[in-house]
Amino acid sequence: MAYRNLAVAAGLAVALGVVGTAQAETFKYAFQGELKGLDPYSLNETFTLGTLGNVYEGLTRRGPELDIQPALAESWEVVEPTRWRFHLRKGVKFHNGNDFTADDVVFSAERVRSEASDLKTRIEPDVKVEKVDDYTVDFVLQSPNPILHYEWDTWAIMDKEWAEANDTVQVMSASDETPNYASLNANGTGPFKITNHETGVKTTFQENPDWWDYGNKNFNIDTVEFTPIGSDATRVAALLSGELDMVYPVPVQDLARVDSNDGTVALTGPELRTIFLGFDQMRDELLYSNIKGKNPFKDQKVRKAFFQAIDIEAIKQKVMRGLSTPSAIMISPFLFALADEFERYPYDPDAAKALLTEAGYPDGFEVGMDCPNDRYVNDEAICQAVAAMLARIGVTVDLNAQPKAKYFAKVLQSGGYDTSFFLLGWTPGSLDSWNVLNNLIQCRDAEGNGGTFNLGGYCNEELDAITDKVLVENDPDKRNQLIADAYRIHLDEVGHIPLHQQGLAWGVSDDFELVQRGDNQFMFYYVNKN
Amino acid sequence: MTAFIIRRFLQAVLVMLVVVAIAFLMFRFVGDPINQMVGLETTTEEREALRERLGLNDPIIVQFANFVWNAAQFNFGISYQFKQPVSGMILERLPATLELSIVSAIFALLVGMPMGVYTGIRRNHWMSKLFLTVSLVGISLPPFLIGILLIYIFAVYLQILPSFGRGQVVDLGFWTTGFLTASGLKALILPAITLALYQLTLIMRLVRAEMLEVLRTDYVKFARARGLSERAINFGHALKNTLIPVITVTGLQLGSIIAFAIITETVFQWPGMGLLFLQSVQNVDIPIMAAYLMLIAFLFVVINLVVDLLYTVVDPRVRIDGGAPI
Repeated sequence: MAYRNLAVAAGLAVALGVVGTAQAETFKYAFQGELKGLDPYSLNETFTLGTLGNVYEGLTRRGPELDIQPALAESWEVVEPTRWRFHLRKGVKFHNGNDFTADDVVFSAERVRSEASDLKTRIEPDVKVEKVDDYTVDFVLQSPNPILHYEWDTWAIMDKEWAEANDTVQVMSASDETPNYASLNANGTGPFKITNHETGVKTTFQENPDWWDYGNKNFNIDTVEFTPIGSDATRVAALLSGELDMVYPVPVQDLARVDSNDGTVALTGPELRTIFLGFDQMRDELLYSNIKGKNPFKDQKVRKAFFQAIDIEAIKQKVMRGLSTPSAIMISPFLFALADEFERYPYDPDAAKALLTEAGYPDGFEVGMDCPNDRYVNDEAICQAVAAMLARIGVTVDLNAQPKAKYFAKVLQSGGYDTSFFLLGWTPGSLDSWNVLNNLIQCRDAEGNGGTFNLGGYCNEELDAITDKVLVENDPDKRNQLIADAYRIHLDEVGHIPLHQQGLAWGVSDDFELVQRGDNQFMFYYVNKN
Repeated sequence: MTAFIIRRFLQAVLVMLVVVAIAFLMFRFVGDPINQMVGLETTTEEREALRERLGLNDPIIVQFANFVWNAAQFNFGISYQFKQPVSGMILERLPATLELSIVSAIFALLVGMPMGVYTGIRRNHWMSKLFLTVSLVGISLPPFLIGILLIYIFAVYLQILPSFGRGQVVDLGFWTTGFLTASGLKALILPAITLALYQLTLIMRLVRAEMLEVLRTDYVKFARARGLSERAINFGHALKNTLIPVITVTGLQLGSIIAFAIITETVFQWPGMGLLFLQSVQNVDIPIMAAYLMLIAFLFVVINLVVDLLYTVVDPRVRIDGGAPI
């Protein structure tokens, strides 16, 4: 009985506690997926990194327009082409009260490159990290790298002492039998602390008044509650009913409803991800086609015919409800200064048909197409539209749309690039073109050495030579010109068919102002209650 | 009796083994777990190393044997996605599912039985016809549609009930309950109705059919001839004799309620095991899927056992260790 009373009392206490915090400025939001863990190195994925970016900080951070800003490093300079010097901010404290020093940076550089880390690409393995003094760190490179620090906004700096004290120096490995402390606890330097984390259910954040930039803070909320809501309809309903202050993503078909509803507004903008089509140009005979003995996609005319058969405006209006930006190149115009030099081939079914005839397929042919159905915005619908458009020039598409878990297992390297024609999306993690050239466009061999995500095996040696130069060119203008040259060759040869940058779609309560960044990371430190 | 229970538990072990074996055969068709565990930029060598460490390169029979061997020691492994022990995760989610299921089952019984009796006794009354028509909706609309309809009416339009989640829960140490707070109780209403609607219809129609059957039997006629009150006939004699099939069905349906809470939990983002399972299917989180399926198989067997034992209470003619009931 006594126990029972205790329980009731506990219930009352909890209930009262809730009433107490509800009067403060609480911001509640939902995303479609869960926060899988709290270790900032265990999953290289936008949502995880973005959310933890409110708790942990890197040496740099990115502003509302994705410009690189100083964060834990106050400034940096390239002392010599292969030696970068970072001057660390003084007086920064971790949430547990420990001081932030050069030792933490050196430690984090080791940890992020350790065995089970999923963020090894943040720093090349041959980069040496040297502590100069307590607030200066040098990064010594093997060859010049102008974009060394481009992804460091998501390379969280962790506290060495905390990690050692809690036996979490190693990132949790898949075969570990016991859970890792850092997967369930966080200790960053950022503007918010995690006060409660129920895996897959709810995570609560509290503002950190000891944040080094608290004096210049641009937010007036003090508590943030995150809930994952997988069902689209429920997520939208929770926003419309006023239970949540923000949800994302909002399905494009619900945007009008969110906008017309009193008290909520749809916040849309271009995302950085580029959606494109690719062809198997490597095999001598397509795996899924009625053309035997040769591969029609090896012929540039066929690829160009496919390009010109696609009515991108129709896809934008009908499938994406206006929420997409047609693209001529494989990267968002936000990420490449010379992007507006490029134009898509015009939509022209007659020209496409003529090209096909010229290539020797006057009656078209059949080809199998692979497509995910739960990965990108309306991915399956885009593929269906493409199939219908290609039917007009005589190409019969046999569409195989599957959940991402199955789709990726088939078309990626692990599945042996088992595809003839596919739809894929890509955001360069570094927000830079070299990542695109290196992963999607560079030649690869049958095993996938080289451009690992160049699923169709497009290959041009001349273009690859340019890619190599892009990697080491330190002069920004020359570098941009090289990148433009590479994209020009790729477009002339129709290596892929870029379709569009899909749109971001967030639903926000009128009571709050916030910033929607193109990388789809949601930063609490831009949220203001009106 | 003891022999009977022991036999049943041996059966339970067998059923669970079969379920897990089938599950392991199917896991191969769910997709590649590695792709769900790492970011796009992870190299092939690392992916391959991870696959090796997880034992995914072993033959399916070895993976199955490993799982069973560990499960026998109550070790269900670590979730691929969440990097936490699966047994702990399922135990954390169990209270949410059980509270929802039990409330749904009680609701279905308390409403379904009287409706069934009523429609059985007053076949031609307009209320009976209304019940029967409405119940058609319950049986023909899929639960996710009913759930979304309820959300739009009660959460978005009327704004009196929450659209998702469990509200405020109280942690008792071994159990988290939503029964002790107002928000917890309010959060329970819509999911419980959604989950109960199908069972409610089923129970109502079953009770009605049984009542119609029993009311035609001779002993009811004799009871009437003896001048017993309608009330005593209907409830004391007729209803009691309809209970055996009702108990069987309700019992078995309790298993289904728990198992099929998956859909309701997904619609209402109810943080129970079903939601966890559905997420793990999308993520190809094999340890969670296997453990969940095993637990559900176990629950079904236990519920079956309890139902069999209840028979003897309701109908003393049924003797358990004698083999075939009459």
